[in-house]
Amino acid sequence: MTTQPIKTVAPKPAPVWRHHHILDVDDFSREEIELVFNTTQAMKEVLSRPIKRVPALRGKTLITLFYEPSTRTRLSFELAAKNLGADAASLSAPASSVTKGESLIDTVSTLQALGADIIVMRHPHSGAPYIAAQYVKASIINAGDGWHAHPTQALLDLYTIQEHKESLKGLKAVIIGDILHSRVARSNIWGLTTMGAEVTLCGPPTLLPTELGEQNHHLPPTNIEHDIERALDGADVVMTLRLQLERQQSGLLPSIREYVQLYQLTEARLSLARPDALVLHPGPVNEDIEIASAVAHGPQSVINEQVSNGVAVRMALLYILAGSQKQ
Amino acid sequence: MNQTLLIKGGRIIDPSQKIDETGSLLVAEGKIAWLGKGEATPPKTDYEVLDAQGLVVCPGLIDLHCHLRQPGYEEKETIASGTKAAARGGFTTICCMPNTNPPLDNQTAIEYIKAKAAAEAVVRVLAIGCISKGRKGQELAEMGEMAAAGAVAFSDDGEPVLSSHIMRQALDYSRAFDLPVIDHCEDTALTEGGQMNEGVVSARLGLRGIPNAAEDIIVARDLALAQLTGGRLHIAHATTEGAVELIRRAKEKGVRVTAEVTPHHLTLTEERVIGYNTNAKVNPPLRTERDIEALIQGLNDNTIDIIATDHAPHTEGDKLCEFALAPFGISGLETALGSLMGLVHKKQLSLATLIAKLTHEPAKILGAKQGKLGTLAVGAPADVTIFDPNLEWVVDTKDFASKGKNTPLVGEKLKGRVIATIYQGKVVYKDKTIKLKQR
Repeated sequence: MTTQPIKTVAPKPAPVWRHHHILDVDDFSREEIELVFNTTQAMKEVLSRPIKRVPALRGKTLITLFYEPSTRTRLSFELAAKNLGADAASLSAPASSVTKGESLIDTVSTLQALGADIIVMRHPHSGAPYIAAQYVKASIINAGDGWHAHPTQALLDLYTIQEHKESLKGLKAVIIGDILHSRVARSNIWGLTTMGAEVTLCGPPTLLPTELGEQNHHLPPTNIEHDIERALDGADVVMTLRLQLERQQSGLLPSIREYVQLYQLTEARLSLARPDALVLHPGPVNEDIEIASAVAHGPQSVINEQVSNGVAVRMALLYILAGSQKQ
Repeated sequence: MNQTLLIKGGRIIDPSQKIDETGSLLVAEGKIAWLGKGEATPPKTDYEVLDAQGLVVCPGLIDLHCHLRQPGYEEKETIASGTKAAARGGFTTICCMPNTNPPLDNQTAIEYIKAKAAAEAVVRVLAIGCISKGRKGQELAEMGEMAAAGAVAFSDDGEPVLSSHIMRQALDYSRAFDLPVIDHCEDTALTEGGQMNEGVVSARLGLRGIPNAAEDIIVARDLALAQLTGGRLHIAHATTEGAVELIRRAKEKGVRVTAEVTPHHLTLTEERVIGYNTNAKVNPPLRTERDIEALIQGLNDNTIDIIATDHAPHTEGDKLCEFALAPFGISGLETALGSLMGLVHKKQLSLATLIAKLTHEPAKILGAKQGKLGTLAVGAPADVTIFDPNLEWVVDTKDFASKGKNTPLVGEKLKGRVIATIYQGKVVYKDKTIKLKQR
C-alpha cells in the first residue's frame, strides 16, 4: 500500500490506557477520553488525505456481530477498520435467534477461532458484551447493548462537542427524551460528567427513572427536569433521543401527539438555550417527532458531523486497542 | 442400619424445649433416646461417641421451600442429589415445590415423590402440591386427595395465583385439611420482563426492574383473602419492607398467616447483580439494605416465622448466557447455615432465634401430622444437626452435592459450617474431620 504513516503527534497507546475491551465509558478516565480525542484528531487528518488509508492494522481482523439492525454504526466500524488496513467481516444474527440454546458464548468463541482480533457487538440485551468478554481473548467493542451502553456513540458525541467548544468542562448539557430505554443517554451521562459537564435529563416521568437523579454511588450526579423549557434554559449542548413509537402501546405515553407537544425540540424552544448551543441526535432521526425538521437541519445542528466523526473516533479506538493488544 | 450414638459435650440448643446448654444426646433406634445436661452420662453403655465439644447440637433443620426438579428437570437436580445437598447443609426435612414437569398437581404425582424419596432420598422429603391444576391458576387442584397422599401444603410457586377468585377458593377449600396455602406474591403486570430489583442498580445497568410494589400488592390481597376465608396463608420468600409491615399488621389483627424469608434475601443486596452476574438473578430479586433491615426486624419480632432456602438449582449452561435469558434461582441448601451465621456473628440475630426459625417454627407450620419434628425431645425422630459456629470456610461449588452450582457466593468466606447431619439416627453427612469413636 502506498500510503504515508500517520504523522500527527502519534498517540502511542500510552500508559493511561487500561482497556482490553470497550464495554462502556463508565470506567474511562478523563485521560483516556483525551487520548481518544487526540488520536481521533490524527485519524481525521488521515481521512482528509486523497487516499484515506494507513496500514496501522494490517493483518488484524475485525468482525462485526450484530443481533440488532443498524446502518450507521456497523458501516462506520467497517469503514474504520478498512481505513486502517484491517480485514473486516460481518455476521448478522437476527434478534429472533437470541434464544436459549443459541449460545452467545459459542458464537463469539467461533468468531475468535476464525481469527477475529476485535469483535464489535450489538445486542438487544443489556450486559451481553460483558458475558462475551469473559470468554474470549479477542477485544470486544460494545456497539450497543440493550438499554445499557453505547460507548463509541458517547465518545463520538463528546468529540463532536469538544471540537466546537474547546472544552467540555462546565458546559451545561441537556439530554431530552426516552432516557429509560436509552443506551446512548446512559453512556453520555458517564462521559459528559467525567469530562466536567453538568448534565440535565429531561423527559416524561414514565421514561425517566427517578433513580438517575438521586444522589448515590452507582451513578454520576445529574439533574432531572420534566419541563423542557426549564431544562433548555442556558444550555450549551442539547441532545435529543429517538423515540420508539411502540412506547405508546406499552402504556408509557398517552400518545405520540402529546409527546410532540410536550417534548419536541422546536426552534422556539431551542431559542431558550444559549445562542451557540449545539444540537445532537444519535440517529436515526424521527423528524418532527422528537425534533423539528428545521432544527435537525438548522444551523446549530451537528448531526451530520456526528456521523462523520463516528468513523474517525472508531478508527482511533481500533488503533488504540490494537496497540494495547501488542503489549 | 441405625446406630447407637452418643453426641457428647456439645452446646445443645433446642428452642422447642427452650434448652441452650452444654450436654450430651443419645441416639438409639432412630430416636432421641436420652438427653443429659452437663457431664451426665447415659444409662446405656454400648454406643459410638461423636465428640461435639465446641460444636452446636440442634434439631435437624427443616426447609419448607426447595426445588428438587424431579420429575422433569433431572439435569438440574434430583431427589437423590438434592437430598444429599440438604444433608450437607444440615437439613433433615425438606419440602419440595410442585413446579416440576409434570407439576405435582394430583395424588399420583405426590405418591411418585414419596416412592422416589423412599428409594433414593437421604433425608425426609415432604411434597407440596399445586394449588391449581397444571399451575395454571384457573381451577383448583384436587387438594383433598393430595392431602390424603401426604402433601403438606399447596402452592403454585414460581407463579403467583393471579386470580383473586381462585386464591380465595384455595384458602377456603384448604381449611378442610388444615394445610397452608403458600403464595409466591408477584403482581406480574408490574414485573413483566423484569430482571432484578427496580432501583438505582437497575437504572445503571439498563435492566428492567421489579418494584417492591409488585410483591406488596399481592401480599396485601392475600392477607385480605385470608381474613375473609379464615384459611391458612403462608407467604413465600418475603423480600420487601412493605410486605413485612403488611404481615405484621395482619398478625396483630389475628389473620392466620405465616411467612418465610430466604438466606439470600437476608444477606445479599441488588449490588450483587453488578457485572451482570446471572448467579445473582433470583425471583423475587435481591433487594436493598433497607429491605434487609426490615426483614431482620421481622424475624426478631416474629412477623416472619421461618427461614426457608428456596433452593433453586440450575445447570451451569442455564446460567451461562445473557442476563435477560438466564433463569431465576439460587442454589441455596449448602450455603444457608454458613451465610445465616453471618447474621449471628454480626449480632443481628441470636443463635437461638436462628435455630428456632430453621427447626421449631417450620415444624409448627407442618403441624403434628408429620410427627415430632424440629425437636430434640426424647422419643422424637433422631434428626440432629451438628455445626461449628466459628469455623470459616470458602464456598467452592466443586464440593456441592447439589447439581446446581448457581450461587453468587462462589469464593466467599463464610463463618459457620455443618459438621454432621443425623437423620433418623443415621449419620447422613459428616465432615471428614469427624471421627466416630467406639466407646
